[in-house]
Amino acid sequence: MEKFYISDFCSLRNNRVFKNGEKIYYDVTSESIKDFAKGLYKSLDLKYPKFHKMDELCKLGFLATEVLISHMEDVDQDTALVLSNRASSLDTDRKHQVSIDDRANFYPSPAVFVYTLPNIIMGEISIKNKLKSENAFFISEHFDPEFIANYSQVLLQTGKASNVICGWVDLDNDKYDVFLAFLSKKGKKELTKKELNNLYNQ
Amino acid sequence: MRKVYLIDDSIISPLGFSTQENFQNLQENNIGIKEVDNNDIWSAPFYGSVVDNTKLNEAWNSISNDKNGDYSKLEKMMILSVSKLLSNNPSLDISRCGIVISTTKGNIGEIRKEQNDKAYLGSIAKTIQGYFDLEQTPKVLSNACISGGLALAIGKRMIQAQLFDDVIVIGGDLLSEFTLSGFFSFQAVSAAPCKPFCKNRTGISLGEAAASAWLSADKNKINGEVISISGDASANDANHISGPSRTGEGLYISITKALKEANLRSEQIDYITAHGTATPFNDEMEAIAFNRAGLQEVPLNSLKGYYGHTLGASALIESIIARHCLLNNELIASVGFEELGVSQPVNVITKNESKKLTRVLKTASGFGGCNVALIIEKLA
Repeated sequence: MEKFYISDFCSLRNNRVFKNGEKIYYDVTSESIKDFAKGLYKSLDLKYPKFHKMDELCKLGFLATEVLISHMEDVDQDTALVLSNRASSLDTDRKHQVSIDDRANFYPSPAVFVYTLPNIIMGEISIKNKLKSENAFFISEHFDPEFIANYSQVLLQTGKASNVICGWVDLDNDKYDVFLAFLSKKGKKELTKKELNNLYNQ
Repeated sequence: MRKVYLIDDSIISPLGFSTQENFQNLQENNIGIKEVDNNDIWSAPFYGSVVDNTKLNEAWNSISNDKNGDYSKLEKMMILSVSKLLSNNPSLDISRCGIVISTTKGNIGEIRKEQNDKAYLGSIAKTIQGYFDLEQTPKVLSNACISGGLALAIGKRMIQAQLFDDVIVIGGDLLSEFTLSGFFSFQAVSAAPCKPFCKNRTGISLGEAAASAWLSADKNKINGEVISISGDASANDANHISGPSRTGEGLYISITKALKEANLRSEQIDYITAHGTATPFNDEMEAIAFNRAGLQEVPLNSLKGYYGHTLGASALIESIIARHCLLNNELIASVGFEELGVSQPVNVITKNESKKLTRVLKTASGFGGCNVALIIEKLA
C-alpha cells in the first residue's frame, strides 16, 4: 500500500502561531480574535480584500491555510480539504439569531447568514487557492485523528485527491483552536493517527 | 476495488413515514408543500413542507424504547427512520456498522434557549449513540446542501477502504425560523410552491425530513434487484461562497469524475435527479453543467417541488427515490414545472412515465461552492 506523509503542519492557539513546531508569530496585545486575525493577516503580507468580509471562524481557517502553504509555490487544484470542529458555525449562528430574535425589529443579513455553515471556510480557502477539489466538513466532540487520517488516506489512495489539507478549526465563545496538516506523497513524518494526534497535541 | 450496494432505506417526511408510502405519493404526484401557519417558524403563513407533530409523536410512541428521554423533533425523525430500517432488516446489526449523520443545522432552534447543548451538532450523534446503545459515536457531516449526497459518497468510500462492511447514512434537517429567515434575507423564498427549472420560478420552498440508507459490500444481503453506487465525486467551484459558478465548473467536474469512476459515458445515463432548488441562479448553473457534460437530452427532474428543500436530507432522499425509480422502472414528473426557464436545454420530465432504467445520475450543489455527483446503477 502506498505511503503518505504529513509534510507540514501548523496551529493557531492563544495568540500564537506555530508552523512545523516553530513559533512564527506571537501577538501580545490583541484582546479579540478579530484583532489577532488582523495582525496575523498583516504579518503574512496578504493583499486579499475578501478576507475582511469573512466571519471570524473563516478568518482563522483561511489564515492557518496561508501559514501552512506559505512556502509552496502553488497548491495542486486537486488538494482536498477535510476539516472538522466541535461548534460548527455557532459563533455566527448566534449573530444571525440576534438579528431575528425580535420580529418587530428584524434585520437578518445575507452577509451574515451565508456564514452559518461550517463548510464556508473551505469555500473561502478554495477560492483563494483555486482548489476545485473534494471538501468535507465533520463535527466531533474533540479532534478525531483516527477518522481524519483514515478518511484523508482514502481520498489519497483512490486518487480522489493529490494532497489533503486536513485538521481542526474550532471557535466557540471567544475560544479558538486551529490545527492544520498538509498531507502528500512527500515528507518525513508518515501519516498515521498517532503522528497526527502527536502533532495536534504539540 | 470492492463494489458498494444500496440494500434498503427508510424515509420520514410529510409524504409518509416509510419509503414505500413516500414513493406511492410521488407516483400519484402528491406534494408535501402546503401553506404553513406556525408562529414558531414564522409570523405569517408561508409555503413549506413540514412533518405533522401529532403524527410524528404517535409513530414515536409506538416504537420508542425510551419514552422518558429528551428527544428533539429531528432526533425523533432520525431515530424513527433508523428503527424502521432495522426492523425491516433483522440481519442488519447496527453495532457493526459505520454511521454517518448528515445535517446542516441540526437542532438550531435550541439556540433560542438558555440551556442549549442540543444546538451543537455533535449532540445528535450522542443521542443516536445512546438510543441504539452503540460503542462508537457516529460521524457527523455538515457540508451545506450537498451533505446527504456527500454522506453517501463517504459511506461508500469507507466501505471501499474496508473500514466497515456496512454503513448506515442518516440525514435530516428541520424547517426552522433560523433557516427560513436567512433565505428570506437572500430574497430566495418562493411565495408559492417552488417551480424547479421553470420560467416562472422565483425561489425555494423549504422542507423538513429525515431518512436513512443501508450501504453494504455484501451482495448476498440484497433481496431483489442489485443497486450499486458505482461512481461518486465532489468538487468545489472555487468561485463564490453564496452564488453558484456561472460555468457550472464544480458540478461539471463532479459529474465527469463520477462517470469516469463508474466507467460510463454520459449517453449511458437514463435519468438525472437534479438538485433543482428553483432559485434562478442554481437551476441555470445546473443546466449549463449538464450541457457541458453532454446530458441535455437525459430525462431530468427535481423533487424539490414535492418535498421542498430539506437541506441535509435532500440529496439522501433523492438518492433513495432514485433507487426506487430504478427498481420500478418509472420516471416521476418534476412537479411545478410549466415552461423551460434556463438558457440551455434540459429535458424536464413533465409526466410520470414507465421506462426501463439502468443508471441514474444524482447531483447536488450548495453554499460554499460545493457540488457532488453520484452514479446509482442497477446491475444485471
